[in-house]
Amino acid sequence: MRPGKEPKAVGIRTRRNLSRGLIYAILILGSLVMLVPFYWMFVSSLMTEAEVLSYPPVWIPKTWRWKNYLEMWHALPFTTFLRNTIVLTVGRMIPLVLSCSLVGFAFARLRARGKDALFLLLLATMMLPSQVTMIPLYIGFAKIGWVNTFKPLIVPAFFGMPFYIFMMRQFFMTIPIELDESARIDGASTLTIFVRIILPLSKPALAAMCVFIFMWSWNDFFSPLIYLHKTEMYPLALGLQLFRSYGEYLTRWEYIMAGSVAMTVPPLLVFFFSQRYFVRGITLTGLKG
Amino acid sequence: MRSKRPSALVLREEKDFFLFSSPWWLGLVLFVIGPMIASIVISFTQWDIITAPKWVGLRNYIRLFRDDPLFWKSLRVTAVYTFVLVPLQLVLSLLVSVLLNQRVRGLGLFRTLFYLPTVLPVVASALLWLWILNPEGILNFVVGLFGIPRQNWLTDERLALPSIMLMSLWGTFGTSMVIFLAGLQGVPESLYDAARIDGANWWARFRYVTLPMISPVVFFNFLMGVIGTFQVFTQGYLLTDGRPNNSTLFYVLYLYRSGFEYLKMGYASAMAWVLFAIIFVLTLLILRSSSLWVYYEVNR
Repeated sequence: MRPGKEPKAVGIRTRRNLSRGLIYAILILGSLVMLVPFYWMFVSSLMTEAEVLSYPPVWIPKTWRWKNYLEMWHALPFTTFLRNTIVLTVGRMIPLVLSCSLVGFAFARLRARGKDALFLLLLATMMLPSQVTMIPLYIGFAKIGWVNTFKPLIVPAFFGMPFYIFMMRQFFMTIPIELDESARIDGASTLTIFVRIILPLSKPALAAMCVFIFMWSWNDFFSPLIYLHKTEMYPLALGLQLFRSYGEYLTRWEYIMAGSVAMTVPPLLVFFFSQRYFVRGITLTGLKG
Repeated sequence: MRSKRPSALVLREEKDFFLFSSPWWLGLVLFVIGPMIASIVISFTQWDIITAPKWVGLRNYIRLFRDDPLFWKSLRVTAVYTFVLVPLQLVLSLLVSVLLNQRVRGLGLFRTLFYLPTVLPVVASALLWLWILNPEGILNFVVGLFGIPRQNWLTDERLALPSIMLMSLWGTFGTSMVIFLAGLQGVPESLYDAARIDGANWWARFRYVTLPMISPVVFFNFLMGVIGTFQVFTQGYLLTDGRPNNSTLFYVLYLYRSGFEYLKMGYASAMAWVLFAIIFVLTLLILRSSSLWVYYEVNR
């Protein structure tokens, strides 16, 4: 397909242009299908109540009603939801980054008998359906009075998560081992090697992990659903769906969509500013599995 | 590769390994192995948390298999969902990533556009699709343009599950596409050149070069897809709550209800172990089958 190699026969060139055209047609049609729901979410959030309820649908609202966002925000305690989401996200991100890079480092760079078996165990727990531990964990946390606190969501983060450990391990494996060895000969301790050599070289991987954890935590629905039963404890993920349980808001799609857009903006921004880390992280765990 | 070292150093490294990995193995004992053992024990009891548990032996399991039509229904719903959605998603995302790999202009833009829906939080996505699938929503408008009458996408027993599949396909398509694309970019150009010299057309190049070379990626996506999809919960919980007539009662949704709504902790634990067994067997089957269709380069 390189331009320089193209044969001169006209028939082949026309056919090639045709197939190029077909490729672009499929890609453009496909990306339109992906985009239309986004567009619809956004424009719905700016419509008046009458426009939302009209059928056939209004594709472009007459005026952009930004006030929907303000009214939506005060219809439910969204400031509290946002604060809870931030507390949960930061509260899980910091311990997870620490614990996962530490453990990932141990698996990637330190030699020990039985390490391979332990690594297999790590991979196995990655595949373990969480439902198997969910009920005893809930009962355990309930017995020590942690239900309706953030503790059941945050404390486990100090012990790492297999997926992120695996991701960090995969990255640490790509750093030449000679660096550790020469540092060891110079008398550096394992902790020094980790903090002074490996971590500074791993900024892209650490950034990728932070992005992943942010996306996961912002999105997390199941664990708050189980452990948080008071509205004032809800993160955005639970708060937003409350629109569905109040009759007066059930058909106020302009508010529901405004809320959905608002909740989507932070991950969207993070995604745009960190795209290369993000893609890197996905391929790192996806390809070398 | 490495030179021999005095054993004191080796021992110290070993000690450091167990020290540095301690968050993980402590967590493993506290939050995985301990609860797993507890879960097995609980699955042999009848327990509502409030009163004392009652030992019932295998009765939870027997009831599941013999007397609970909802168990079978939820299993069927989940299996249909998984084994339609995952292959569909693999084929479509492979197709798009192969097209994107043809040196198209605007590769970065297209990749971003296709990836965008995965960035949307599940809750936002579910609410958006509730709105799209509404009887007066845009999906009905769009199919109306093709002369198809209005459908009740989420309240019609035949359409509810496919509608949720549609939403999930839209929402998760990007992840496997990005992984495929990275895999495709790793296929050496020399293989395609060699195939071209041998006169291979595009289909032959796809079938005998691309497909074998990225089969490990297909395998990874398939395995992860099946494991993840079998545990689907949020979509069913938010979009339809298992309705209509339990046609979207996913297994984990039923498990959640048994445990946290009906407070049948023993029953829910038994369900969790059945799920574990199913996923375990599926994983084994997929791993075993891989030698038949996954191509690894010899020096891997």
